[in-house]
Amino acid sequence: MTSSIIVLAVIGVIAAVLLWLAAKKFSVKEDPRIALVEAELPGANCGACGCSGCAAFARACVGAKSLDGLRCTSLPRGGMDKIAKIVGLAPAPEAVPKKAVIRCQNSCDLRKPLNHYDGPTSCAIEHSLYQGETDCIYGCLGLGDCVKACPFGAMTLAPGETLPSVDLEKCTGCGKCFEACPRGLPEIVEAPEDRLMVWVACANADKGPVALKECPVSCIGCGKCKKTCQHEAITITSFLAHIDSSKCVGCAECEEACPRKSIHHIDRRVTLKTPVDAC
Amino acid sequence: MLKTFRIGGIHPAANKITAGKGLRILERPAEISIMLSQSIGAPAKAVVKVNDHVEAGQLIAEAGGFVSANIHTPYAGTVKKLDNVRDPQGIWRPAVIIAVDEEQNGIPSCERTPDQIDALSPRDIIRMVGDAGIVGAGGATFPTRVKLSIPEGKYADTVILNGAECEPYLTCDDTLMRSEAIHITEGILLIMKAVGAKHGIVGIEANKPEAFRAMTEAANGHSNIQVVKLKTKYPQGSEKQLIYACTKRVVPAGGLPVDAHVVVDNVATAFFIEQAVRTGRPVTERIVTVTGPGLSDPGDFLVPTGVSIDALIQAAGGMPEDTGKVIAGGPMMGRAVSCLTAPSTKGLSGVLVLPEKESLRGPVSPCLRCAKCVSVCPMGLEPYLLMTYCQREMDDEAREHGVLNCLECGSCSYTCPSSRPLLDFIRLSRQRLRKKK
Repeated sequence: MTSSIIVLAVIGVIAAVLLWLAAKKFSVKEDPRIALVEAELPGANCGACGCSGCAAFARACVGAKSLDGLRCTSLPRGGMDKIAKIVGLAPAPEAVPKKAVIRCQNSCDLRKPLNHYDGPTSCAIEHSLYQGETDCIYGCLGLGDCVKACPFGAMTLAPGETLPSVDLEKCTGCGKCFEACPRGLPEIVEAPEDRLMVWVACANADKGPVALKECPVSCIGCGKCKKTCQHEAITITSFLAHIDSSKCVGCAECEEACPRKSIHHIDRRVTLKTPVDAC
Repeated sequence: MLKTFRIGGIHPAANKITAGKGLRILERPAEISIMLSQSIGAPAKAVVKVNDHVEAGQLIAEAGGFVSANIHTPYAGTVKKLDNVRDPQGIWRPAVIIAVDEEQNGIPSCERTPDQIDALSPRDIIRMVGDAGIVGAGGATFPTRVKLSIPEGKYADTVILNGAECEPYLTCDDTLMRSEAIHITEGILLIMKAVGAKHGIVGIEANKPEAFRAMTEAANGHSNIQVVKLKTKYPQGSEKQLIYACTKRVVPAGGLPVDAHVVVDNVATAFFIEQAVRTGRPVTERIVTVTGPGLSDPGDFLVPTGVSIDALIQAAGGMPEDTGKVIAGGPMMGRAVSCLTAPSTKGLSGVLVLPEKESLRGPVSPCLRCAKCVSVCPMGLEPYLLMTYCQREMDDEAREHGVLNCLECGSCSYTCPSSRPLLDFIRLSRQRLRKKK
């Protein structure tokens, strides 16, 4: 009885000494600031910063000589300042926040379904099979691949809805939704908080007369918005207008000029949520 | 003992309601829309302009690349416009729209004598096949000119003609074999000459005894052509399965039939080749089975390229009230049609009109692990596992488990008691992998 206790105790002591030696010999010195920076990050590993994940971004920040170009899009205002303080560098100038908007206004009132898709709930599968349930081959299929892809829960598609809505408070503009959408409908736009966010809520690249028939709010490429814009922010390619959000000043005069109601705006000074399109 | 493939396979109800009803001619339409992408590969380039007058059989678009095929007009008429039209899946595709003339003189043709045909070199035959715009008539629409040009360093010793027609409902090949057996046999001899093969095999499923008899009689006197009766089992007409059934050879994974020294062509392709070589006629029409349980007058129609699917259904008695789905091709591998104004193409083998109660998918329930999908897969894959990998976007694992060998025959989805969308996800995974390559 006593001997077994002594043997176990001796083994324990020897093992402890070995472990201590091993810990000394193989210890890896990690900059403690990496853990501090990582604690500030959201941990969603969205990849919008260009690094493979939040840990890689934290290492990049600590190893960098200047914070220029290093920015976590999902941190709130002032978040990068905290990280700058931790790593002891000058904070980079605040970048313009980016948000996702959807280039479609799909709803049952606008585009009547002409056929019925009864396959699996996946936009990618429906898109690979055919045009979709309505005449427009560019519009939202409404099965929510973007909702599944969003790491921040900013996209929602309530039962019965045919167009996902974006919660701009949660959206960080990481672009995962754009990658997931087989039709590339989400667009990541610059969205400063002091002006309107204006975008063309249509992706129909068909000729005017065709687009006209396919949807009551389709962009037909008439060019009225382009003529109205005094900041050269609007271009028209293949009968479809596009607003360059880096040139846009948010006057929304193009929205007034659009005869098709294809252009939408959100006033982030007033509300931070898109209106919900429900059927 | 009937020949067949080794593993898997299913026995869907044949439903060949149009078998033995003969061939019917379609009324001449006032306007045709000929799509420029009628083969795998690059779309053809239009060589006509608006207001040009074209004669029947005239070249209107030439191959737009190595893998592409010429396109000819079936009727004389005036080019109305070059515009986009919707294909059967509703996607816009460029097309030539022709207003058909009241008076038609038919497609001009010559008549080569057997001696003249014998004097042709393999290269001459392949050139004529290319000029005539022949594409695989089984549905995959691979340009036949490319298939017959055997790559350097490879050889083919056997030509197999695919007369299996294992898809339920379809009877277009059956009808063709019954009426044109002699021309099909001449066609296989031409293919054998073009690729330098010594043997020819015609594989026909046992549920087509009339076609089998006609082809056997036609092949009488040609000791190098063998007509083989195959077991009625889906997918007997799939290339790899057919090669195994006829020759016991296995095409290596990721390889082509020529790696097993075989060239496989559809019986209708052989017929087109014979027509092109003997009479110089291009491909401008084909047999299309217009069928369905609710149609009042289903049948096999000789359909010129460019006639709308709607017109075909009208010719077969009109759209029944309770229609739930229209399918271009057979019920197993065909694709649902969302646009009925879409024109027919060289690859359209059938138009199937299904009533609503037969067209709906069952409610999806969880996998029972019954492994029925595994036992019916003709490629020996594990569809339930591949589907799970694809749902989780684990495409590399799916590749390791052979997703790229899948034929997309749909036997797994057909047999699943839980109505799981196995093939839908497997196809998605294959598309993603092909994009990555």
